Amino acid sequence: MAWKTIDRNEPVVDAGATPVLTEAIRGKIESFFPRYPTKRAVLLPALHVIQDALGFIGWQAMKEVADLLEIHPSAVFDTISFYTHFWTKPRGEKVVTVCRSISCELLGGREVLEAVKDHLGIGEHETTGDGKYSIAVEECLAGCDHGPCLLVNERMHKCVKAADVPALLADAGNADHGLPRSDLFDGPVVDDDRDDGVIASTSDVVEMQDSN
Amino acid sequence: MGSYEPVLLKNRGVEGSCTLKVHRAGGGYAGAEKALKLSSDEVIEEVKKANLRGRGGAGFPAGVKWSFLPKDREKTILCVNGDESEPPTFSNRVLMESDPHMLIEGIIIAAYATRSQVAYVYLRVEFHEQFHILQLAIDEAYAAGLLGKDVLGSGFDLDVYVHRGAGAYVCGEETGLIESLEGKRGWPRIKPPFPAVEGAFGLPTVVNNVETLANLPHIMTRGADWFQSIGAGSSTGPKLFCLSGPVNRPGCFEGAMDMTCEELIYGDDYGRGMVDDVGVKAVFPGGISMGVLTGDELGMKMDFDDPRNFGLLGLGTAAAVVVDVETDMRDVLLNVSRFYSHESCGQCTQCREGTSWMYRIASRIAMGAGRIEDLDLLEQVSGRMGMMPGYSICGLPDGAAFPIRGLVQKFRTEYEEHMGRQRDGRAEAVLRVLN
Repeated sequence: MAWKTIDRNEPVVDAGATPVLTEAIRGKIESFFPRYPTKRAVLLPALHVIQDALGFIGWQAMKEVADLLEIHPSAVFDTISFYTHFWTKPRGEKVVTVCRSISCELLGGREVLEAVKDHLGIGEHETTGDGKYSIAVEECLAGCDHGPCLLVNERMHKCVKAADVPALLADAGNADHGLPRSDLFDGPVVDDDRDDGVIASTSDVVEMQDSN
Repeated sequence: MGSYEPVLLKNRGVEGSCTLKVHRAGGGYAGAEKALKLSSDEVIEEVKKANLRGRGGAGFPAGVKWSFLPKDREKTILCVNGDESEPPTFSNRVLMESDPHMLIEGIIIAAYATRSQVAYVYLRVEFHEQFHILQLAIDEAYAAGLLGKDVLGSGFDLDVYVHRGAGAYVCGEETGLIESLEGKRGWPRIKPPFPAVEGAFGLPTVVNNVETLANLPHIMTRGADWFQSIGAGSSTGPKLFCLSGPVNRPGCFEGAMDMTCEELIYGDDYGRGMVDDVGVKAVFPGGISMGVLTGDELGMKMDFDDPRNFGLLGLGTAAAVVVDVETDMRDVLLNVSRFYSHESCGQCTQCREGTSWMYRIASRIAMGAGRIEDLDLLEQVSGRMGMMPGYSICGLPDGAAFPIRGLVQKFRTEYEEHMGRQRDGRAEAVLRVLN
């Protein structure tokens, strides 16, 4: 196998590819620049903005954000691959994050996770066929006084019992957290990128193993 | 202890406690006002005199940490550690959701003392509600002239930004936090140079825990002597204790560091005993990393020094999780070892490999395929990792070694009994499949 030479001066974003970062997303990312001495430091906020807007961070988005922050795409991927919060493949509209730390487990957290898996018929870091739900597990959600707990998107559900899981997941409003919100990380509403019920295009999907 | 008057949690449960109005009504920002009238060195002296020890786990005196900053520096960065990922700790969460302005006031005082013009609050991403609460409070503080240019008319400028993490335990380590702040993987750095000399963006940096900073306004208004009068010895000042597991009243409690672990679990002001009065088999009194106590060791004092007498690493985050007598300790071992094998950042070999080995050993013990020599193996592996023997960059592997070694040493008979009940040949059969 011959080594392929990479010309670092080549633009990193393919000229023919359809851009995924809208002007609104770019504007939001750029608004973080004055906060930090370096552009690279904006990477984590930028990834949050992208994931909130698009649902996940694919190859094309990684390249574009690299371009915006003037770093190499591999540096973006390097950072993404370290953190469990970022999805590099499409995820469901709602992500159910179940806590599996010791306090929750002592109070029945394992049964809750099993109930969520059974009810949705998928495993950890998988998405249902209709694109409605994904399951994630987290080490500690810091809700130990209300264990077992789980998050549906940003809403924390406390003292969940395995028997309550079907009703909880059937409730359409299970992700509304009803608190006043700051608009800093609220992604712009994107309708054209994500069709109802169908997972967004998988062309720029990165199959990444759950970092272990 | 019924006479203890809460200071840090005084606004918990009060209507509108997240608003500036309520915080101000309870004497809020008086500490910041007082600090801004002093010189920054005078503020540091007062905090040193109070001997405010870091609440994030290590217990290092905050004032001393600040005085490591080079005298001739031009810029300083203040990082607020709100990564709180240590199971089962949630005191920062309770502080931020019940009184975010107390934290902001603490940030103003710490930034002024360290001459920082920018403070980053590193918040773990799972704190969604708390993020919005804190950000709204920061916006409110900006609008009221408490942040931004010319804080409270003192001529001191301070910007406070929230930086959200993305789900990594090791970012609670101060240099891991700094790397993450710079947009990189949260890999802890080799020290020296210490952050006080060369931290975030190459600038002198101070990293303080949320709870540590929340103490500052009270030290400024009530004085170092008041702070010293709560508790005893070198463990003084108000402290938040978390309690979780099958207790009647789990939650975050404020008290002095002179209570015992038993009081925390059974006291009327605290946990009020176990659900259905079942016995206590084990307690992780300071977050799981500090190690484990048996049900007979509940007389341990929840202060900075006594935990060492019980083979623990320290007080840690003072977050206790209680394991009842009905729980199988093999499950506890499995859960604890899985946590570290998942959260090891992978830089240092003995931690990356050691935590995974321990998880695999714990898995087979939990599957009913343990061997007596596995217990020795766990002790051996846990004895050869971490900063204490000098093998690692950060303290994560020490935090992995202490609970696992503690579990094996203190509950060895239970593990041996389980193994004694295993069918003959079971271990070998399972091992053949596993390996």
